[in-house]
Amino acid sequence: MRTRLLAATAIAAVTTVCAATLSGCGSDSGGSSGKTIKVVYQQQLNNSNKVQAGFLGPMVDQFEKANPGTTVKLVPVTASENDYYTKIQLMMRSPATAPDLVYEDTATINSDVAGGYLKPLDTYLNTWQDWASFAAPAKAAMKYAADGKTYGVPDNTDTRGIWYNKQLFAQAGIAVPWQPKTWDDVLTAARTVKAKVPGVAPLNVYTGVAGGEASSMQGFEMLLYGTPAANDSLYDTKQQKWVVGSKGFKDALNFVHTVFSEGLGPSAQQALGANFQAAVGTEMIPQGKLAIDIDGSWMPNNWIRTGPEPWPQWETTMGMAAMPTQSGQGSGKVSMSGGWAWSIPAKAKSPDLAWKFIQFLETKANSAQWNSVNATIAVRTDVATDPAYLKALPTNEFFSALVPDTFYRPGLPAYTQVSSSIQKAMEAVTTGQASVDKAAGTFDSDVKTAVGADKTVQGAQ
Amino acid sequence: MTSSAATATAGPRRGRAVGGLLRGMPLLPAVVLLAVFLAGPIAYCVYYAFTDMQLTGASGTHFVGFDNFTRAFGDSDFVNAVVLTLVFVVGSAVVGQNTLGLALAVLMEKATRPVRAVTSTVVIAAWVLPEVVAGYLMYAFFFQQGSLNAILRGLHLPQQNWLYTLPILAVCLANVWRGTAFSMLVYSAALNDVPQELVEAAEVDGAGPWQRLWRVTLPVIRRSVMTNLMLITLQTLSVFGLIYTMTRGGPGNKTETLPVFMYQQAFTSSLIGYGTAVALVLLVVGALFSVVYIRMLKMEED
Repeated sequence: MRTRLLAATAIAAVTTVCAATLSGCGSDSGGSSGKTIKVVYQQQLNNSNKVQAGFLGPMVDQFEKANPGTTVKLVPVTASENDYYTKIQLMMRSPATAPDLVYEDTATINSDVAGGYLKPLDTYLNTWQDWASFAAPAKAAMKYAADGKTYGVPDNTDTRGIWYNKQLFAQAGIAVPWQPKTWDDVLTAARTVKAKVPGVAPLNVYTGVAGGEASSMQGFEMLLYGTPAANDSLYDTKQQKWVVGSKGFKDALNFVHTVFSEGLGPSAQQALGANFQAAVGTEMIPQGKLAIDIDGSWMPNNWIRTGPEPWPQWETTMGMAAMPTQSGQGSGKVSMSGGWAWSIPAKAKSPDLAWKFIQFLETKANSAQWNSVNATIAVRTDVATDPAYLKALPTNEFFSALVPDTFYRPGLPAYTQVSSSIQKAMEAVTTGQASVDKAAGTFDSDVKTAVGADKTVQGAQ
Repeated sequence: MTSSAATATAGPRRGRAVGGLLRGMPLLPAVVLLAVFLAGPIAYCVYYAFTDMQLTGASGTHFVGFDNFTRAFGDSDFVNAVVLTLVFVVGSAVVGQNTLGLALAVLMEKATRPVRAVTSTVVIAAWVLPEVVAGYLMYAFFFQQGSLNAILRGLHLPQQNWLYTLPILAVCLANVWRGTAFSMLVYSAALNDVPQELVEAAEVDGAGPWQRLWRVTLPVIRRSVMTNLMLITLQTLSVFGLIYTMTRGGPGNKTETLPVFMYQQAFTSSLIGYGTAVALVLLVVGALFSVVYIRMLKMEED
């Protein structure tokens, strides 16, 4: 009697455990079967910025109408840029949570490929005629060096330059149009603004850990790639090694230090805040509180009719200038380019339907619409020459013209770690916690730990 | 001969073993639950700490021995985090919460009923709040346009951006604000157990209030003091949400205690293995503190 009771209990226990495991596995397979895709993109913390949601919503409706029986689920991930990467990486780790389509920054694609999160798209691309009309550099940025395969379809690129407020320049007595020739010209203009127009932040260079990739790219690399080493200032492509201890690095860091120690920038406390980027675009510039901003081509996004801070006067108020190289050497101009792309995670359950949706988003008409509403630079060559696109924003022509002088970040998995070390060094000189030399030294040892000392090379002095 | 003897003795032994196993069966669900949900994650964590697992940038996970730990002890940021953690624990828990909690408990014992009710409600309210909410409130209190500066302005005193100029003090005060209720409750309960005759006898012998507290009350409640110290130390060691909401470990790394450092390594720099190793160090630090407190309790008993 007793043994029977025990056996019954044991069987009950085992069944419970099995049932729990089975239901755990079973739940995620339900409802997909290649007819439903989950599409993940970033919803910025600034909740009024709904440009991408506004674009994707109607696209999904049209796609579902054209493909009856399919469902496209949009999954906006509300997070700051750094947290967004972390969240999608965690999602892509497990088949239960992996989306079918994910919006990736070109800076993290290589790292995520190395992490085994993404699926190569070559078999799809081979049969897709439109791929031929994508610009070569943009295509190259999608290619993973180690296996030569392509892991994403870019839908926009960008360039970076200087935005300046013509009205504040007039008050400061600086002639417009303004085109600085060297870093010193930029600092001189900032000093003039500081002296003549009180209550205004003269110059913004993104800095610090909270700014994430904006600090590294809009802030630091716009300076670093303008030093004489140019394309080899961060990663030496010939020796395939990361550059440490270079004079260029210290010079760039010193520029940041000068801006914040002389009070030429916003207050360090403000600049190091987590929501500073949104504040620059939607508050400081429209309110005339910032004279010079080293920033991206997408800035009008903030000010267009559908943007978070509609500001029609921007077209007459804001001027653009190319970022000068350190002492005007080379072509005298420097810019950085990145962009975003659609990728299919390796653990996606309906990759075929996801691919179909990519094709739909990237037709000429749809790309042109996206590049126009998002104020980004087109990656399709047929869109780039389309008069409708060129006229969509008065700035498109200026920023497209920077493309010949632009640089891409090193497409290597270790870049994300190097990038966080740059942000740390910037933050240290911004707060004044460390001297330029000390911060550069910390960067050197951080990079050596991250990539291995044998993968680094001493830069030019 | 020998074999038959062996089977003869093995028979009942096997029977006993099977019986024992069957008798143990009802324990199985509990053991499975323990293993899967409690021991499992800890074992996993220990394993990860010895690997080079990354969130992105590398797909394989390799066993790397003690690399993560040697790296940590050579990392100036890690050392900075350890120092800040000690400052935070000693400043906000051992000194702040502990003494303030005792003071409140002693004062409340003497207070009238309505005063006691109001005080304990207010103090406990801070403790009941979810950590992130408390962190946000403290951020609103300390930040540049926050309540503290508004009060200072009203009093014509100099203001400053507390989260920028004195960040570690700000998060310590925030933790004192949030955690004092716990110590207060522990001490209120302990004070009830102090025999009234003992205090009165001391009073008759001419002991002042301070002497009574120092020489009579505290020695009587010393075991509660130790237990309280151990609990609040462990709670404070793992404070993450409060600091992350207020400062995110910044500016620079001036409030980057071990939990925040661990999070940043694991999720911002994507070094899961290294972050887990730091978590393990944190576990060891907590264990060390507990061992010290438990030894002190033991010494009392002997």
